[in-house]
Amino acid sequence: MVDPLWWMVAAIGVGTFLWRGSFLVFGHGLQMPDLVRRGLSYVPPAVFAALVLPGLVQWQGDGSVDAPRLLAGAVAGLVAWKTRATLPTLILGMIALWSLRALLPA
Amino acid sequence: MVAAIVPFGVTAGVAGLDAGLGAALTLGMSLIVFAGASQLASIQLIDAGAAAPLVVLTALIINLRMLMYSAHLAPHFQHLGAGSRSLMAYILTDQAYALTISRVMTRGSDGFNHWFYFGVALPLWGVWQLATAFGYWAGTAMPPAWELGFIVPLIFLALLVMSISSRPGVIAALVAGSLSVLGRDLPAGLGLTLASLAGIIAGVMAEGRRRG
Repeated sequence: MVDPLWWMVAAIGVGTFLWRGSFLVFGHGLQMPDLVRRGLSYVPPAVFAALVLPGLVQWQGDGSVDAPRLLAGAVAGLVAWKTRATLPTLILGMIALWSLRALLPA
Repeated sequence: MVAAIVPFGVTAGVAGLDAGLGAALTLGMSLIVFAGASQLASIQLIDAGAAAPLVVLTALIINLRMLMYSAHLAPHFQHLGAGSRSLMAYILTDQAYALTISRVMTRGSDGFNHWFYFGVALPLWGVWQLATAFGYWAGTAMPPAWELGFIVPLIFLALLVMSISSRPGVIAALVAGSLSVLGRDLPAGLGLTLASLAGIIAGVMAEGRRRG
C-alpha cells in the first residue's frame, strides 16, 4: 500500500503547479478582478507572519515566554530589515539565540 | 538571496528527517512540490499530526503568491511554446521571479529574458534538490543542543521582512501574526489558515482606507 502521505504531497504538488502555471501556461489573456489582485499582494506578508510568530513566541513549562527565542527573533528581524538578505539574518539570529541562552538564566 | 537557498534546503532536509518522513518522501517533496516555505510548513504540520486536507490547504495558501508571480511574468513570455512555459511554471520560485521581473522592468523585452529566467531558476532547482538531500543525510550529525530548528522561523522571518513593502502590508502581517499566536491551540494548520486569511482581508481594508 502506498503511504497516504504521498497523496498529500501529490495534491500539494499539483495545486502548486496550477498556481504557478495559472497565467504562464493556461491563461495569459485572463484578467484578474481588482479585488483578487489586491488580495494576492497581501498573501506573502500575511502568510509569512502567520508562520513566523508562533515560532518566535513560545511558552515554557512554567507559563513564562521563552525570552531568548523572542529576543533572538527581534535581533534577526532587525538584521533582515537592515540588510534585506537572508544569510546574515540566519547567522546572526542563531548567534543571538546561542548567546542569549548562555547569558540569560534559564 | 540565491545563496540563502542552501541553508533553507538543508533545513528542509533536516526537518524531513526529524519528522520521520523517510528519505523518499523528503526528497520526493522537493521534486514534486519544489516550494521551500510550503515544504517546511507541511513537514511541521505532518509532525504535529494535522489532518491531511488542512496540510494541503495550508501549503496551497502559502504558495498562492505563485499565482501573482505567474500573472506578472506571463505577458513577457507568450512567444515561447507551451512546453517551455510549463517548465518555467514548474521551476518558478520567489528568487527567480524577483530577479527576472526586475530585469524585465529595467531592460524591457530584449529577447533574452527567458534565457535569464532559466539561467537563474534551473540552478536554483538543482541546488535545492542537493541541499535537501544533504540535509537529510547530515541531519543525524547535528546535536539537538544547537537548536538548529530555530532556523525555520528565521527563514520565514527573512521572507516576511522582505515581503513587506507598504503600510497595509505591515497591518496584514500584524493581524495574521498575532491571530496565529492566539490560534495556536486550534487543530494544527487551522489557526495558520484562518490567521492568514484575516491578515489578507486586513491588508485589503487598510489599503482601501488609505485610498478612500
